[in-house]
Amino acid sequence: MLKIELNKLNDLFAKISSSTDLILPVTVAGETNFAKYEDGAEVNLSVQTVKSAKDSFFPQAEDLMKFKTEGKKIDIIDVREKVESFVLFGVRACDYRSFEILDRVFLVDPIDTYYKAKREKGVIVTLACSRPEESCFCSAFGIDATNPLGDVTTYIADGFLYWNANTDKGNALTDAVKDLFAQADSNDEAKIDEQKKNTKEILSKLPYANVDLSGFTPDKLNELFNDAKWEELSEACLGCGSCTFVCPTCQCYDIKDFKTNDGVKRFRCWDSCMYADFTKMAHGNSRNFQLQRFRQRFMHKLVYYPSNNEGIYSCVGCGRCVKKCPISMNIAKVIKTIGGKNND
Amino acid sequence: MQRIENLMKAKAIELLENGTVNRVLGWTAGDFYYDNTPAIFNSKEEIEKSFVYNSFCGANLSKYLVKERKNEGKILVFLKPCDTYSFNQLVKEHRVNKDNIYIVGIECQGHLSIEAIKAKGIDGVVGLEENGEEVTVKSIYGDKTVVRGEVMLEKCLSCKSKKHVAYDELIIVNEMPEADSMKRFSKVAELEAMTADERFAFWKSELSKCIRCNACRNVCPACTCTKCVFDNPESGVDAKANADKFEEKLFHIIRSFHVTGRCTDCGECSRVCPQNIPLHLINRKYIKDINEFYGEYQAGADTESKAPLTAFTTSDIEPGSNLKEGK
Amino acid sequence: MQEINKEYQPLIVAFCCNWCSYAGADLAGSSRLSYPANVKIIRVPCSCRVNPMFILKAFQRGADGVIMCGCHPGDCHYTTGNYYARRRMTLLFDMLDYLGIEKERTRVEWVSAAEGVKFSNVMNEFAAKICELGENKRLEDLRCKE
Repeated sequence: MLKIELNKLNDLFAKISSSTDLILPVTVAGETNFAKYEDGAEVNLSVQTVKSAKDSFFPQAEDLMKFKTEGKKIDIIDVREKVESFVLFGVRACDYRSFEILDRVFLVDPIDTYYKAKREKGVIVTLACSRPEESCFCSAFGIDATNPLGDVTTYIADGFLYWNANTDKGNALTDAVKDLFAQADSNDEAKIDEQKKNTKEILSKLPYANVDLSGFTPDKLNELFNDAKWEELSEACLGCGSCTFVCPTCQCYDIKDFKTNDGVKRFRCWDSCMYADFTKMAHGNSRNFQLQRFRQRFMHKLVYYPSNNEGIYSCVGCGRCVKKCPISMNIAKVIKTIGGKNND
Repeated sequence: MQRIENLMKAKAIELLENGTVNRVLGWTAGDFYYDNTPAIFNSKEEIEKSFVYNSFCGANLSKYLVKERKNEGKILVFLKPCDTYSFNQLVKEHRVNKDNIYIVGIECQGHLSIEAIKAKGIDGVVGLEENGEEVTVKSIYGDKTVVRGEVMLEKCLSCKSKKHVAYDELIIVNEMPEADSMKRFSKVAELEAMTADERFAFWKSELSKCIRCNACRNVCPACTCTKCVFDNPESGVDAKANADKFEEKLFHIIRSFHVTGRCTDCGECSRVCPQNIPLHLINRKYIKDINEFYGEYQAGADTESKAPLTAFTTSDIEPGSNLKEGK
Repeated sequence: MQEINKEYQPLIVAFCCNWCSYAGADLAGSSRLSYPANVKIIRVPCSCRVNPMFILKAFQRGADGVIMCGCHPGDCHYTTGNYYARRRMTLLFDMLDYLGIEKERTRVEWVSAAEGVKFSNVMNEFAAKICELGENKRLEDLRCKE
């Protein structure tokens, strides 16, 4: 394990970004989101980002192809550029798990080449949590926030950032920046272990840490779908897309055409099941009421996805939707209301 | 606060039981004291179980009445002073049926923002306690005390009025502080005094945060179109993302322009923005301009007056003539 | 006609009402008065038809300046259309200025059917001003510029 003083982090960031793009939590106009590191950027590693880290692999808007028209001739232009390798720094355990969930959607047949190219080139440097928020409930999904995986795992404790490479990609990155680091000793490891222990204690005491998910099993699909409580849960829903757009695992997208001055640009952008035109087809819309759209989001995360993916829930308990819903309705409340028996 | 909540509960139960109304629109308690959700209550039991009114009931309930219009019977709604302006505006636009609504105007000492509390470096908030001007925040990292006035919602810090403009009855126990409605334009004036380049830089950094979640639009009591132009594939502007930096400007200019003269400055757009974009500064600019060019006008103050954009005088000022020369 | 920068040709969109300004443009043409060829006229039934979205979309599609022309206040073919348009444009232009977009890029002129000379002068003057400002960078849509 290696270590670097926190006040030298900017040197580390400058070094990494000199050879490759570095994406990390940056504060702009008061809000922290993952963004490209530039000289003078206000890096903030102590708060949860508003949007999740999924943008790096699955951007909110992404060009797919272009059509150029000249008279009756139409040219199809591939706009995929060669993806250069990049470093994604400061990913928390919850967001890291979300990549696995997205992989199960985008990297199964038919493989999404746009996603795959970025996924292969990204080097993920995770950061262990030491100060969870009240909205966190990753432990309900079996995630250890104090020990994230990734190509490199980092810990912040006692004025230092500790750096531990886990994979070949991680080792390659470590080699490139090695000279900025000092070797950590057993004393340092004890410090990290101590911090892990303390954090775990806090995590276990969080209000949503022990929500009971046992009620969400594929065999209860019909029962859950027809639960009468969906009505009261969804009645205040505004139908905005905040929860879906801050969510690390929401993966629905829409493909749209933009008419440029001399052709068409086809792009995809995140879609939200909360929107009235979600999955609208020629015959109309399959979900006409907010209740149905609201139910879709949670049924997808807690029932449909697990039934296709060996029981893995497509929620990671990051708590972003808990914090950002304008009317304070969220997945934790849904789980508590219609989930397992052990929720009071 | 507790006293008002009890009075509200008693009133709701009374009106339900004597048959004046068949349902109640209020707030239901969440898990952390600050996460209350608007809700409909149908029975005494439901009200006793989870009805809540505390300093985190900033949500404006008037827009829910548009949806409730379709349901049978009379509904009881609790409205804060500022919410009654939105209500009046909806009446004026024939979006709600006044005859089927029973309004109880409630006392408002200003509502608090959990984001403002967290901005003070307090995290892990699992509960709060209100004692007059002080709020004790219970956190997993220890308790802290903050002053109410420092952690209020932006819309309450620049409250436009403490007067209920529509109500059937009122529940007011303590005196409400006078509001200074002109104070809300100070930040707009500050921006106006900047150079165009500074303003452009300000809005660029603010609007570039926009994730196009549409929360500002969907929460807005003035945005009640059945189909928004931004949802209509025929409009050519139905992009769901800011695929180019032009999009976010187009969206916010058109969104705010569409509510110009109808916006009561309820401040919900800024409250709900997940990226905390000061959207009220866009709406207030229009309000300020209307006041300056066409005379003082407060949308929702009444249900009859003509809106500024559906009226004119022959001597209105010419477009652009008020603007300073220079880049 | 004023000398206009040969290399840079700004694109100007003019929304002209059918009853006055469009006829004014016609008169300018038939009187052989010149105005810059890069002024693209879009005929609208009344200045009141101009939705703020039209102005923004013109900028999106590459316009460097947008001008709206209608009948003189009081002379509207539909009696009051241009009065409403005037209020809307006042607020819209003020908002654009507030967001930091150069105020000189937008303009409203009242041009009657008899004012061919005014039409030509206004367009020349406006084109010269836009030339001076250069390309519209603050309301451009990069997707339309490739």
